[in-house]
Amino acid sequence: MRPFGSLLVANRGEIACRILGAARAEGLRTVAVFSDADADAPHVALADEAVRIGPAAPAESYLDPERILAAAEATGAEAIHPGYGFLSENAAFARAVADRGLVFVGPSPEAIALMGDKAAARALAEQAGVPVLPGVNDPQADDAALIAAAPDLGLPLMVKAAAGGGGRGMRRVDDLAALPEALALARGEARAAFGDDALILERALDEARHVEVQVLADAHGTVLTLGERDCSVQRRRQKVLEEAPAPGLSAATREALAEAARRLAVAGGYVNAGTAEFLVSPAGEIFFLEMNARLQVEHPVTEAVTGLDLVALQLRIAQGRPVGVRQEDVRLTGHAIEARLCAEDPAAGFLPSAGPIRRWRMPEGDGLRIDAGYGEGGEVPAVYDSLLAKVIAHGATREEALARLSAALRRAAVVGPRTNAAFLTEALAHPEFALGGVSTLWLERTFDAPVEAAPTETEAAVAAALWLAGAQAEALAAAVRVSPGLLGWASDGGHAARVSLRAGEQVWEASARAEGADLWRVTMEGETEVRIEALEDGAARLRVDGTRREVVFFRRKDGLDLAFGPRQLGFSRVVPGAAAAEETAGGRLTAPMHGRLTALDVAEGDAVAKGAPVAVLEAMKMQHRLTAPVAGRVARVAAAPGAQVAVGDLLLEIEEEERA
Amino acid sequence: MTVWRSRIDETGAEFAENRAGMLEKIAELRALEARAEAESEKRRPRFEARGQLTPRERLGRLLDAGLPFLRLHSLAGYGIDGPPEKTVPGASILVGIGFVSGARCLIWVDDSGIKAGAFGPKTLPVVLRIQEIAKRQKLPLIHLVESAGANLMEYQVEGWSEGGALFRNLAQLSAQGVPVISVLHGPSTAGGAYMPGLSDVVVGVRGNGMAALAGAALVAAATGEQSDDRALGGAEMHAEISGLVEHLADDDAHAIEIARDCVARLGWNRGAPAAPIPQFDEPLHPPETLAGVVPMDPATPYEAREVVARLVDGSDFEDFQPRFGVSTVCIRASIHGQPVGMLANNGPIDPAGAQKAAHFLQICDQTDLPVVFLHNTTGYIVGAESERAGMIKHGAKMIQAVSNLRVPKIALHVGASYGAGNYGMCGWAYEPDFLFAWPNARTGVMGGAQAAGTMSMVARAGAKRAGREVDEAALAAQEAAIKNHFEAQADAFATSGRVLDHGVIDPRDSRRVLAFCLETVAEARSRTIRPNSFGVARM
Repeated sequence: MRPFGSLLVANRGEIACRILGAARAEGLRTVAVFSDADADAPHVALADEAVRIGPAAPAESYLDPERILAAAEATGAEAIHPGYGFLSENAAFARAVADRGLVFVGPSPEAIALMGDKAAARALAEQAGVPVLPGVNDPQADDAALIAAAPDLGLPLMVKAAAGGGGRGMRRVDDLAALPEALALARGEARAAFGDDALILERALDEARHVEVQVLADAHGTVLTLGERDCSVQRRRQKVLEEAPAPGLSAATREALAEAARRLAVAGGYVNAGTAEFLVSPAGEIFFLEMNARLQVEHPVTEAVTGLDLVALQLRIAQGRPVGVRQEDVRLTGHAIEARLCAEDPAAGFLPSAGPIRRWRMPEGDGLRIDAGYGEGGEVPAVYDSLLAKVIAHGATREEALARLSAALRRAAVVGPRTNAAFLTEALAHPEFALGGVSTLWLERTFDAPVEAAPTETEAAVAAALWLAGAQAEALAAAVRVSPGLLGWASDGGHAARVSLRAGEQVWEASARAEGADLWRVTMEGETEVRIEALEDGAARLRVDGTRREVVFFRRKDGLDLAFGPRQLGFSRVVPGAAAAEETAGGRLTAPMHGRLTALDVAEGDAVAKGAPVAVLEAMKMQHRLTAPVAGRVARVAAAPGAQVAVGDLLLEIEEEERA
Repeated sequence: MTVWRSRIDETGAEFAENRAGMLEKIAELRALEARAEAESEKRRPRFEARGQLTPRERLGRLLDAGLPFLRLHSLAGYGIDGPPEKTVPGASILVGIGFVSGARCLIWVDDSGIKAGAFGPKTLPVVLRIQEIAKRQKLPLIHLVESAGANLMEYQVEGWSEGGALFRNLAQLSAQGVPVISVLHGPSTAGGAYMPGLSDVVVGVRGNGMAALAGAALVAAATGEQSDDRALGGAEMHAEISGLVEHLADDDAHAIEIARDCVARLGWNRGAPAAPIPQFDEPLHPPETLAGVVPMDPATPYEAREVVARLVDGSDFEDFQPRFGVSTVCIRASIHGQPVGMLANNGPIDPAGAQKAAHFLQICDQTDLPVVFLHNTTGYIVGAESERAGMIKHGAKMIQAVSNLRVPKIALHVGASYGAGNYGMCGWAYEPDFLFAWPNARTGVMGGAQAAGTMSMVARAGAKRAGREVDEAALAAQEAAIKNHFEAQADAFATSGRVLDHGVIDPRDSRRVLAFCLETVAEARSRTIRPNSFGVARM
């Protein structure tokens, strides 16, 4: 720890932007690093300098300590902030940073190693008098030992990788008979993920809440606890919604959590920001889970209620300066909730959704903070985590924060990758969430398999109107001169334009007439009047049958993607003739010219590879070899060798192989 | 800025009466157009059974959505095939100027829902007229073909003889450098087969598109050869064997998609610079009020400037020599930002008015101003005084100026247009680029009453010379017959039915129609095309 004037941020996305912003505000020279996938990412533009550190694969870029260190050396950066994920809890990296004479913004390598070892951390907690769940905390314990101990611990059980984090190497066991297999699987995962297959076994607590305490300690003996966060709304152990403070906890529980966190930090000699995670049972008992030796994704909710800038304080502590805040100065004001906006498709089992961001509209408003790592025109790479942005709302009460967050998400519109925005708004709108205090099982139990509602006729009519308005604009741009006063006018009342739009399995056949420059009457089952009141940069303000609606959209060459706030819809234009072309292609081999079929090398039932020679056609004394258009089985031979055939005559039909 | 302040009370009884009368005529016009549509729509089941779109659906798919369309000749044939209450106008074709992939095109759709698209008595005159427009305005011609050809039961030798011009025009368009695209949705036989033959691009619909010099029936009758229409001239055969068809489409919608792509690939507007559109004001007096400005009785005079004020930008115009030849109105103004000269009438054209008009037209020619003619005149004034004042030579001067104008001419019949006054105001024979009529318009050599009166005078004079008694009853009957004979032909629907204009329009659309026509003529004049000697021959 020593003063520094420049900082390299060894991360990407929203957290890199967050840290670079804080560093700049502190007057530091900033250095970003980027992989090939992030060459045009916002964090690159935010920094004073940016260094390419390798290809997209994390192992060859953000996870490679040597490349990060080389970048620091090349730019003369004096300190490195690791953000979260990647190298943030890699003790060897922290040590290497120090060995190069640079400052690592975070705890010491020893503290990282200690906290990263679940068994050691659990032992530390036990020493410090912090309650832990019943369990076996011996990294040396083999499967037999764990199986032997299990009956005494009670069910259900949780198998965890000792070196783990982030849910990997974790398995829940509800039946002792399933334990051996769970252990084998967890060891395999742990070995793959952490290079260490040591496991610990703990009693699992059902219906518990996940509550964590933010800790901040400096090198001068100050250890602050900054209130707790409730991160119980999780999916597959990934946090989805986080809030501060945790709703409905008793003062005693709250005090017990803060005290336990403080004791852990003190016992571990912890310096810089960290988070102590606990489970809170419905009865208010607390159990230590783990200590995260880094800045958390959800730190903004703590910042909102404390008014502190945690990153700025991290930088101050890393410079060896006192944190400058006393515990008695820490006051919590109001309530804050954060939602993680991710590029994933809830209707497709939350599969990540990568690709270009065509439109990106984030709301602004009182008490609202957006920490985003992307913007319009950017691209979400498939290789990194799916977090697009964090939407954080702060209010005087939980109700106000919740209302602000819901309103914000209703206005947040992304066109391009699928997002979980609609899912988030549904979760926020659920009465059980409004009550507060849901358990970690709540989200998955309540929203088992979200399905996406198909477009309504009104939505399809809007899509048709926007498609045609785009076609009109293209035609207008190609025209020599058309007075705006003539748009949507015909001396005989006009003739309906047609467009067919497909959404999933459904095809919407729209017939539409323009009236004037901005009104479209779209007829499908019924008639929808779409008035385009304003249209700019892919955002439209509409009156749909008199009702005002805002929509953000992107017109592709072959379709239209739009977002009514969090509701994303995609339509592709059904091009006349295209379907038939697809149908007739496939396995039909027809004569390319008039001629005589001199040889036929296949018979019905034969398997053929794509491109395999199947026949010879003699025309104008030339031998033309004909090949199989697709791989499959010959279903029909339609012409005999020696036959005279005309252009277009069917020769063979090949039943196409099922494509995987 | 000389903004016209209307003196018309738009809340008054006279305005309301005019308006009611005009709206009734407009409703009649729309009802006639709707009658043709309904007649065609009756064949929808047959189209659907063949997997086809109706002609109007084809037109809707061909046109650029939301861009303007100017229908032409929607009343062609009115009154020829039956009395007004039965007649189905439109000459079994849908024609107009519209946009396809951003290119302004002349569009000709066979309305095959009516008599299978067979030519009626006024179809050929319309086709020849629109081909002239295509040539003059350099508009690519797109023909959606499905026609039974000429009706043999109604065969007239002149139809065949004069009809040859249709193909001559196609050849000349090609030589002029204006492309012709044909889409074969259905049959195109006999003479019609030269339609695709003389087109630069032909799209044929699989299964329905067909072109042959003679269908199976005629082939059998002429040579005894047994054949069928698909083998004789199916689109597939032409695409694969004869080379008459460039693009084979799966269905009507596909064919139109291909035609639109073909137009896009022409890059047609490389030949014409994009024209900026200056800011312009809407008229102070809305064009919608035109319906109430004009009396339905052509004998009731009205102030032409009240019409002008509802047509031009900002109702702002310059009056040329307002105190000389006062019944002839010469104006400079702009419409949708395009400067124009305008000639209008506040009554008969007198010697001073004719001189003023001739002078003004020469100025328009000198300064390259397109001229808009608003016809409302009973003609050149007659009588000893005006003859002595040189009406003939002054009227001749005006006709001379009109005939030889080098700038675009656009005419509207907004009231009466009689006698040589019609010629001087750029009547149909003076080849205006565009001529449209309001539904109240009346045109002819003279009014029916004047004609009847003239003939009675002659009869009375004849009787007197012969010393006969005048048979008053016979004379009254003759007067009524003559009046009726004249008036029936003077009616705007009737003249439009005889293809003596480009169509009847809703007066409230006049400003847009003029703006559209002015853009069309300006675009043509700015367009460079590449003429060649013989056109593009299909190889």
